[in-house]
Amino acid sequence: MPAPKAQPKPKSFQDLILTLQAYWAEQGCAILQPYDMEVGAGTLHPGTVLRALGPKNWRAAYVQPSRRPKDARYGENPNRLGHYYQFQVILKPNPANLQDLYLTSLYKIGIDPMVHDIRFVEDDWENPTVGAWGLGWEVWCDGMEVSQYTYFQQVGGLDVFPVSGELTYGLERLAMYVFGVDNVYDLPFNDPDSAVPLTYGDVFLENERQQSAFNFEHSDVEMLKRWFADCESQSNALRDAGKPLPAYDYALKASHTFNLIDARGAISPTERQAYIARVRDLARGAAAQWAEQEEARAS
Amino acid sequence: MADLLLEIFCEEIPARMQAKAEADLGKALGDALKGAGLGFDALETASGPRRLSVHVTGLPVKSADVAEERKGPKVGSPEQAIAGFLKGAGLTSIDQAEVRSDPKKGDFYVAMLDRPGRLTADVVAEAVPAIIRGFHWPKSMRWGPNSTSEGELRWVRPLQRILCVLDGAIVPFDVDGLASGNETEGHRVHGRGPFTVTGWADYSKQLEGEGHVRLTRDARRDVIAKGIADVCAKAGLTWVEDAGLLEEVTGLAEWPVVVLGDMDPDFLDLPPEVITLSMRTHQKYFAVNDARSGKLAPHFIVVANIDAADGGVKIAEGNARVLSARLSDARFFWEKDKATPLDEMAKKLSTIAFKEELGSLGDKVERVAEMAEWLAEKIDAQAKLARRASELSKADLVSEMVGEFPELQGVMGRYYALEAGEPESVADAIRDHYKPQGPSDAVPTDPVSVAVALADKLDTLVGFWAIDEKPTGSKDPFALRRAALGVVRLALESGIRQSLGQVIRGAYLSLYKNSDIFEVGLNLEPFYDEPHMDGRVFDEWLHAGVWAIFFKYSPEYAAVREEFLSIREGVSCSEEQINAVEIVEGIGRIVSRLDLALMDMSDEARKQFDPVQLNKIQTEQLRAVLVEADYAIVTLVNDLLSFFADRLKQVLRDQGQRHDLIDAVFALGEDDLVLITRRVEALGAFLDTEDGKDLLALYKRASNILAKSVPLPSQGTRPQKDSGSPAKAGAGAGLVVDADLIKKGPKEEQALYAALSNVGEAIVAPLKAEDFAGAMAELARLRAPVDAFFEGVMVNDDDPAVRANRLALLSDVRANLHKVADFSLIEG
Repeated sequence: MPAPKAQPKPKSFQDLILTLQAYWAEQGCAILQPYDMEVGAGTLHPGTVLRALGPKNWRAAYVQPSRRPKDARYGENPNRLGHYYQFQVILKPNPANLQDLYLTSLYKIGIDPMVHDIRFVEDDWENPTVGAWGLGWEVWCDGMEVSQYTYFQQVGGLDVFPVSGELTYGLERLAMYVFGVDNVYDLPFNDPDSAVPLTYGDVFLENERQQSAFNFEHSDVEMLKRWFADCESQSNALRDAGKPLPAYDYALKASHTFNLIDARGAISPTERQAYIARVRDLARGAAAQWAEQEEARAS
Repeated sequence: MADLLLEIFCEEIPARMQAKAEADLGKALGDALKGAGLGFDALETASGPRRLSVHVTGLPVKSADVAEERKGPKVGSPEQAIAGFLKGAGLTSIDQAEVRSDPKKGDFYVAMLDRPGRLTADVVAEAVPAIIRGFHWPKSMRWGPNSTSEGELRWVRPLQRILCVLDGAIVPFDVDGLASGNETEGHRVHGRGPFTVTGWADYSKQLEGEGHVRLTRDARRDVIAKGIADVCAKAGLTWVEDAGLLEEVTGLAEWPVVVLGDMDPDFLDLPPEVITLSMRTHQKYFAVNDARSGKLAPHFIVVANIDAADGGVKIAEGNARVLSARLSDARFFWEKDKATPLDEMAKKLSTIAFKEELGSLGDKVERVAEMAEWLAEKIDAQAKLARRASELSKADLVSEMVGEFPELQGVMGRYYALEAGEPESVADAIRDHYKPQGPSDAVPTDPVSVAVALADKLDTLVGFWAIDEKPTGSKDPFALRRAALGVVRLALESGIRQSLGQVIRGAYLSLYKNSDIFEVGLNLEPFYDEPHMDGRVFDEWLHAGVWAIFFKYSPEYAAVREEFLSIREGVSCSEEQINAVEIVEGIGRIVSRLDLALMDMSDEARKQFDPVQLNKIQTEQLRAVLVEADYAIVTLVNDLLSFFADRLKQVLRDQGQRHDLIDAVFALGEDDLVLITRRVEALGAFLDTEDGKDLLALYKRASNILAKSVPLPSQGTRPQKDSGSPAKAGAGAGLVVDADLIKKGPKEEQALYAALSNVGEAIVAPLKAEDFAGAMAELARLRAPVDAFFEGVMVNDDDPAVRANRLALLSDVRANLHKVADFSLIEG
């Protein structure tokens, strides 16, 4: 591949997102909107986890807000957030030139390959909750991890046929790098020259503070435990009814509810393992049923 | 002669897998060629992040023709047999086969097969796809549009190209839709797009030139090492050498360029271990020291994969920013940890499992503290310090920093202990009690560290033995061999004098200190050898013990237990005044209390525990349990001792001690590692001397005749209580020499008897003083009387009593020698 030229730097956080969206749309991806549920990672959007299963081809890209209650830091840590964005791309099957496509996406957002050191460092991704794993890399730019790049091998505990290529960009971190900013809240959210220039902090700082207080101080653990049980039985009932899509939604709800309980440090390590196993059973069960149905619909 | 080039080009291969894959590919291709009858002059290989390459020179263009005869069935065999033969040999008619005659077998068919040589290109075209399909990677994957079913091609990452050229021409083949060709590509950024090559010379020249790919690991490693040396020399720095990291970064860049980056010097107040580890594990940077002070310098070295247009300015900046973020995290942990007292961290250990069956880390620490305190006294360490160090030894495992960097366990504990004003030897012991971590790791010398290091490892070993999780074959997930080797080295280097069996027994008991059975067992222990204790008393104690166990789970237990223990205490405090009657009375009181308590129980419970029946059954059961427990201890101790013996043998062999001498000393069944080593050393030195040769010779003479003689009936002799010899007894063993009979015998016999009793006395003192050379010198003086005895005395006398007495005499000679070593195991 001839060494490509880097494009000019995007003007803002949202410009970077728009650039990635436009680029992956050009590659034939459906640009999905964020899933309307609380999830801990972009992978959990059904557009990745469920679509990676079954024989049908699929290409999609989307921004997914991710909530990780435990990582919340009251807006005081310049690098850590309880709520942040991932940009997710899935191409099924992976095209032979996926690495080149990915590298071009970096050039598009202004990373000059003649000046920056981009490396593929072994990192095999796995998410036991949804029974998924794959081989791939962390992609480093000047020593910083800017993406996770994975060839899915299993999802929902099942081998996938065909294999999908999955890319996850940590948007805030990538943007901080591109803009040379040391504090996430200083990122220009929109064009700094616009009529109302907004930083990431203008948009999210207060949210981080209040959500952190909720995560660590105000959540009602007993209520959350009840919710968890309810989500679990609803998910199981939906699966019994042969409806894996809503069953998966309720698995996601259970998962986030567990994350909230966990953030309070309210459960022992043994209990914690048991909760994780329960979420895993829900997610895997829904995924397996979805895979079965997709297979049947395709034949 | 032909020249073959193979390159398998794929997406980034994990650095740790490249070297082995390179070797495996070279071997597989070489074997395939040789297997097809294709010899060659040389085979060279290369590997890197994106490619594995093999170059074979001096190949023939085709393999030689081979003529082969294949024997077939007899003439006149059934049609099926003939048909099978024809098919196998590739013949169409039996007329094409020759008929041979054999005098025994008669006439049979022979097919004359001319196997024409195969073109090397054909062999390669067949071999390479098979090698690729069967290639073993530690982890492999499927990819792309072909990955729609099971059984398709797997590789470490997606395969992109296969270049295969023999003498300039493509060797055509196809691996799951990927056709071989003569194209490769260079570096992602600096290299130019796909280009064709004609052979190795062209390939390596183009790649290393315009392609910007340093092909071999050696070339890349050299460039990196030289780059680091240059950068350091210019900046007045020295490189903290790290061969493992060097190897790793060699596998992370095709065109390695060394870049020096700056670290914010404010971070230098962090422990240097934290900084270097963060650099190494997270970022794969080399740390550098200030050349003059030798201290960690606020810089780092990163190996980039590009020759950046700006000379690496942005790369250095970017990496420095990432490092700052990492070190900010580390500082946060450091400050937070320092604000938490170590004792508080130590308390948290009781909530963390060491190993499920072995309790929490808190339990382990308590056991270690107890043992370390005890061991400390044997090596002139302050017991108090050993206890303190043990109590804090694992506290840092719950620190934020060790949570982030598990490799810093102990190291951080030492810093935190020093911050908290603990004595230096306590702090050092916290760091060093994990040592030695391997055969080349240093053994701590400070006695407090030694005591804690020994106790920690012994507790782990005994624990894993107790739950029967011993290493098997190559499986040793808990590194128990390493721990045992550590114990051996610690014992030898500290010179600690201790029966290992006793330590193991103690460790085992403390492992079960809180369990019911052992509580009772330990309570009973003072009475095992109590002279007043008759069977009845013992049974009463068992009885009481059973009730104590039973009532542990009832509200009555606490009160009863106290009474139970107070009686026991009273007894052990004034041992001389033990009065069996008092004991019985005391027990009687307890038992009746217990029985009374039973009356208060619910009907349902009482039905289940009929006191009379229960007493009887439980007593028997408890006795059985105690016997079993005792047996378990003995088995465990012996088994673990022999595990240690194997490690000690390894150490002694590494020191160049003779294998047979080690066995000869081990056969004595001693379990003091220092003493065993001294014996082996003394034996080795002594056997090289004239006296040593004499000693061995006289032993062999005495043993030979004993081995040849038929063991005698024990008639007319008294059994000897202890022969003192663990070796095969042979004739004469178990007999006692009859001095009166000796007096009637020839003078040589009398002389030997006299010499033996002199020597027997003469070796007592040196043996006691562990002067084994001295003892052996005394024993060697038996050579002359033994020789004279064999010259002048007929051992196999007609009179069985005389014969028995002479064999007993020789047996005594041997038994005395066995006080030093089992000479029967010594070769030569």
